[in-house]
Amino acid sequence: MTPFLRVAGVAAPMTTPNIDTDVIMPKMFLKGVDRSGLGDGAFNLLRFSAGKPNPDFVLNLEGYRDACFLVVGPNFGCGSSREHAVWGLQQLGIRALIGTTFAGIFYDNCANNGLLTISLDVATIGMLAERVADPLTNRLAIDLERQFILLDGRDGSAVSFAIEAARKEAFLTGRDAISSTLVFADDMRAFEARHRAENPWFF
Amino acid sequence: MSGRTLYDKLIDAHVVRQIDDDGLVLLYVDRTVLNEYTSPQAFSGLRQAGRKVWNPRAALMVVDHVNSTAAVRTRQMPDAGAARQVDYFAENARDFGIEYFDILDPRQGIEHVIAPEQGLVMPGMVIAAGDSHSTAYGAFGALGYGIGTSDIEHYLATSTVRYRRMKTMRIDVTGRPSLGVTAKDIVMEIIRRIGADGAAGYAVEFCGPAVTDMTVEGRIVMSIMIVEAGARGVVIAPDQKVLDYLQGRPRAPKGEMWTRASEAWLQLRSDPDARFDRHVTIDAGEIAPVVTWGTSPDQAIAVTDCIPDPESNGAADRKAAARRALAYMGLEAGTPIASVPIDLAFIGSCTNSRIEDLRDAARIFGGRHVAPGVRAIVVPGSTRIRAQAEAEGIARVLIDAGVEWRQSGCSMCLAMNDDVLAPGQRSASSTNRNFEGRQGPGSRTHLMSPAMVAAAAVTGRITDVRTLIGGEPQ
Repeated sequence: MTPFLRVAGVAAPMTTPNIDTDVIMPKMFLKGVDRSGLGDGAFNLLRFSAGKPNPDFVLNLEGYRDACFLVVGPNFGCGSSREHAVWGLQQLGIRALIGTTFAGIFYDNCANNGLLTISLDVATIGMLAERVADPLTNRLAIDLERQFILLDGRDGSAVSFAIEAARKEAFLTGRDAISSTLVFADDMRAFEARHRAENPWFF
Repeated sequence: MSGRTLYDKLIDAHVVRQIDDDGLVLLYVDRTVLNEYTSPQAFSGLRQAGRKVWNPRAALMVVDHVNSTAAVRTRQMPDAGAARQVDYFAENARDFGIEYFDILDPRQGIEHVIAPEQGLVMPGMVIAAGDSHSTAYGAFGALGYGIGTSDIEHYLATSTVRYRRMKTMRIDVTGRPSLGVTAKDIVMEIIRRIGADGAAGYAVEFCGPAVTDMTVEGRIVMSIMIVEAGARGVVIAPDQKVLDYLQGRPRAPKGEMWTRASEAWLQLRSDPDARFDRHVTIDAGEIAPVVTWGTSPDQAIAVTDCIPDPESNGAADRKAAARRALAYMGLEAGTPIASVPIDLAFIGSCTNSRIEDLRDAARIFGGRHVAPGVRAIVVPGSTRIRAQAEAEGIARVLIDAGVEWRQSGCSMCLAMNDDVLAPGQRSASSTNRNFEGRQGPGSRTHLMSPAMVAAAAVTGRITDVRTLIGGEPQ
């Protein structure tokens, strides 16, 4: 997993509520056994119509084609658990999502792949969405170490954000969660023995 | 100190250890069920790292998402991608030593239907699986919830997940539903009221007299569908009905072990003074059959109502979403929903494909015929349910009514196989999701109960099922 330290680039507004993972990654792209080819799938039915780029979709607009952040509406990523949605967003070049709330499974999937999700209050998201809707002010820089979003890339104004220490550490280091968990193998074995004694019918 | 909720008790009983001071814990997970489309990358990850599965006996693998549901079952998959997924799935089952039901296995079916059918699900367990509808297991007094592929890999390697405790929501369902109103209508009404993110960040406990009165199958419907309000886990206190459901199942405990287990299971409930972070009450007696009109499960109304005006929504982005949904659905505000013609009727999915759903459907289809120009498809939730429906004469009723009687699978719930709507086609569907493109690019889905789907199939338009069964439309 790629560590997330400081990333700067274009942010695109996508503030419709409840954008689900079927919309983010349509079923036609779920037939693989690996993670490849999902960049084409990301938002496919919104990005293309009849094989041509849909001129109304934000990521097809001049100034937004190389966006690496999305400013999103509430409950982004709801619905299906498909992690392909996260892989596809990353393959499209998206590094962080900034919104009010994210759907639970999607949020965990993002964390497990190094796609940063930042939750802010409604007013701040409204302000950011309005600001990045103008191509002249659509650049942001996210500094995870210091926990702020620098607006416009240079004018100095910034928005700070909260993140739990363990999540932050995982994003900064890009570490493998399974290796970290297996350090606790003795605890796991001890728990399992106790659990088996209490619930022998589970085993 | 106040008492603990059932959810908190289940979590407390599964914490292996704390990971940090912010509430992150290592949570032991008793079971998983794996499907062919969300698991391959997890197994590849294990292979690359040279890791084994911690407890292969705790997992079950079943083909359900990509297979054809054609009446005659073969190993043939609908396309090359599906075939590759199923081949790799079988290879993973063999190499990692996990029990595997292939497409020809008489125990095959939708993962959330067969796990209880096999007695793999028991009260007091934590069950996490690579499908959002894993909340199904809450109906048995187990904590069920969905995870992504990375967490499947983590689970397989360690029998644990990294977990942060959810807030708790108690949903009390009081009253008695009137004739023609089902568990599906109740949960759709809850979602309509609290919104598509109304339970986000919460583990939900369903309780109240209407839940106690409900069959285990009805509780499964509620447990699965509440995920469409964002619930991240569901529990319902187990009772004698749950024990009756599980007793004698292949993997359920037997003899003296059964006696001990069932005594322990009946103790599983929230303390009377347990505090919940949110409390919702709904009177099942006030509910009419519910139908969605839009592209989010909370865009729903009573079948007796007209499609709402998008401008009546509060925030600007909600108005815009409602306008977009109406345009996508090809509908106009003010239209009575019970006049909208359909092209296809679908009964199936982990939510509504069990024997009682098929019995409900057969009561409507009996002595009637699918309307001209409408295609009706019934996909049983498991191969066992298919056999049971045939033995009960349900299949005959459906076939005589002009319904396509299929083999088991997820089918048109997500249309990953060859059961796909054409652009612009409109379905009445007993599934969980009406998202844009869910049943195929450009597809238009109206969610409702199986009985309501059957009513739409025989009349050709969305119909209040109560008008066909002598119930009382309000």
